[in-house]
Amino acid sequence: MDWILLLEQCLNGLQLGILLFLLAAGLTLVFGIMDLVNLAHGSLYMMGAYFATTFAGWTGSFLLGALLALPAALLLGIVVEVVALRTLYSRDHLDQVLATFGLILFFNELARIVWGPAGLDLSLPAFLETSVELLPGVPYPTYRIAIIVTGLLVAGGMYALVNHTRIGMLIRAGASNRGMVSALGVNIRLLYTLVFGLGTVLAALAGLMAAPILTVQIGMGETILILAFVVIVIGGIGSIRGAFVAAILVGLIDTVGRAFLADFLRLFLTNQVAETAGPAMSSMLIYILMAAVLATRPRGLFPPRGH
Amino acid sequence: MRISASTAVASGTIVALAVVPPITNALQEPFYLGLFLRLMILAIAAISLNLILGFGNMVSFGHAAYMGIGAYVVGIGTFHAIEDGIDWLANGFLHVPLAIAASSLAALVIGAISIRTRGVYFIMITLAFGQMLYFIGVGLEVYGADDGLSLYMRSEFGGVLDINDNTQFYYLVLALLLATLYGVKRLIASRFGLVIRGARSNERRLAAVGIPVYRYKLVAFMVAGAICGVAGVLLANRTDFVSPDMMHWTRSGDLIIMVVLGGMGTLFGPLYGAAAFLLVEEFLSGITEHWQIVFGPLLILVVIYARGGIAGVVHALERRRE
Repeated sequence: MDWILLLEQCLNGLQLGILLFLLAAGLTLVFGIMDLVNLAHGSLYMMGAYFATTFAGWTGSFLLGALLALPAALLLGIVVEVVALRTLYSRDHLDQVLATFGLILFFNELARIVWGPAGLDLSLPAFLETSVELLPGVPYPTYRIAIIVTGLLVAGGMYALVNHTRIGMLIRAGASNRGMVSALGVNIRLLYTLVFGLGTVLAALAGLMAAPILTVQIGMGETILILAFVVIVIGGIGSIRGAFVAAILVGLIDTVGRAFLADFLRLFLTNQVAETAGPAMSSMLIYILMAAVLATRPRGLFPPRGH
Repeated sequence: MRISASTAVASGTIVALAVVPPITNALQEPFYLGLFLRLMILAIAAISLNLILGFGNMVSFGHAAYMGIGAYVVGIGTFHAIEDGIDWLANGFLHVPLAIAASSLAALVIGAISIRTRGVYFIMITLAFGQMLYFIGVGLEVYGADDGLSLYMRSEFGGVLDINDNTQFYYLVLALLLATLYGVKRLIASRFGLVIRGARSNERRLAAVGIPVYRYKLVAFMVAGAICGVAGVLLANRTDFVSPDMMHWTRSGDLIIMVVLGGMGTLFGPLYGAAAFLLVEEFLSGITEHWQIVFGPLLILVVIYARGGIAGVVHALERRRE
């Protein structure tokens, strides 16, 4: 086996896991606190990528574009929450699924009108376009390292925010008993808007960080949204710690599986069968993982307390 | 005898569907015949979803996958019939039972894991399993991967009927639609249906009187999958094309929209919903290519303000008259 390739694929998996965590953290918070299933979370990821591309085009700087995209996404999140989602908190999950599905249709079409049907590229500044040598003779793109570092910093920040600040205390309290928090005189509506805004910023951050690696295009949020759902189901809905562990797990298994499953199958099967079955089976791996987790623990690895 | 508004609307719809082919043939508008054909096929799929979603409160978000399985049975069968000259693989009398077997088997596996979970977990798991089948379709490189597979022939029903003729095909689908409606009506009224509807309101009480709810729900899940598989066989023949896109989760979302738009847990609701969905799509896309920018917010408004769907509106009119 090629150890250098394995190391690279593990880092790629870690990087996918980080992106998934940023998306899943918002989803799981919004669900845990507002009891809202938000399918449009992937659209916010997509809008983050489009915003960053546009602003980077205007300012001529990737970093400035990214910095401007985050407040724009925050504003968008607040508007979406106030206009469309607020009435849905008390509804059952099916209503939420449908209404946020409507939001996806809306955002996809909006993106098609504003930015056109063709995909856009967000190019990196020169200092991120380089690579670093991890080990002698093993280069790895600087930008991917930057994603991993940023993601870990954000995860650390989230941990501090949720566990060691007053807002975090309210968030945790809201997740375990909403009615009681509101009865104690906390402005629960403001808290909801705040949490949704936070989730949107995280999703947009994931979107704009993914933009230079992928193409910025309509529907880019939907593929990763499903993965984020798998992550929060495995991790336990409402648990940020669960989202982090599951995101890294899913990112690693998916990436490493895609790279090595065909080789692995070749040990037992003929070359041709392995070549055909490999790609189809490797995309199934994370779903099999999900099924296995749920068969043993129907509420995920880290079910939040208090429900 | 007074005829209620719901009965009048239901029979009116069936009669209207029955007279579509003579009218479109007279006007020489084969496009509309095709549109109504697709409408009825999607209605069958929506009715099957309503069986578990509307009556059993199981929000399955991967229902389009069974349609894809049925479609791929036809696609793969006719592909080998033409490529390898194995004629019997094009037989429709083989496609239908095979589609039923394959889709109910998939529903058995998916259901066995999903039904153990509750609420939003159920939604997300069925969604994820649906996507898994979608990715399997994408991985089928022999059968065109994500580009899909064009059908160079339709299912053959021997000398009985020729579905290459869209009018004959239309009446076959209409007959199957009526059979599905009748079957679901009987099923819902039966003891089995009583358990499914009971599980919607209070599963714990049913368990307390000694009913194995899990098994009942699983069987309902399989029946719904099987009916949807048949709809897939029809859809593949209607579009002469199969692709993984038929199983994409947004297609499952469309089916849920149809059920809710028409009226959950009502017999004819999904039919109205499928009709409304396709006709609104047809109407809006005639006005602007960006029809979804109107349809999306429209959907949100329907969810917020019109819970009972079309069947609910008809029912409300009925009560006002009394």
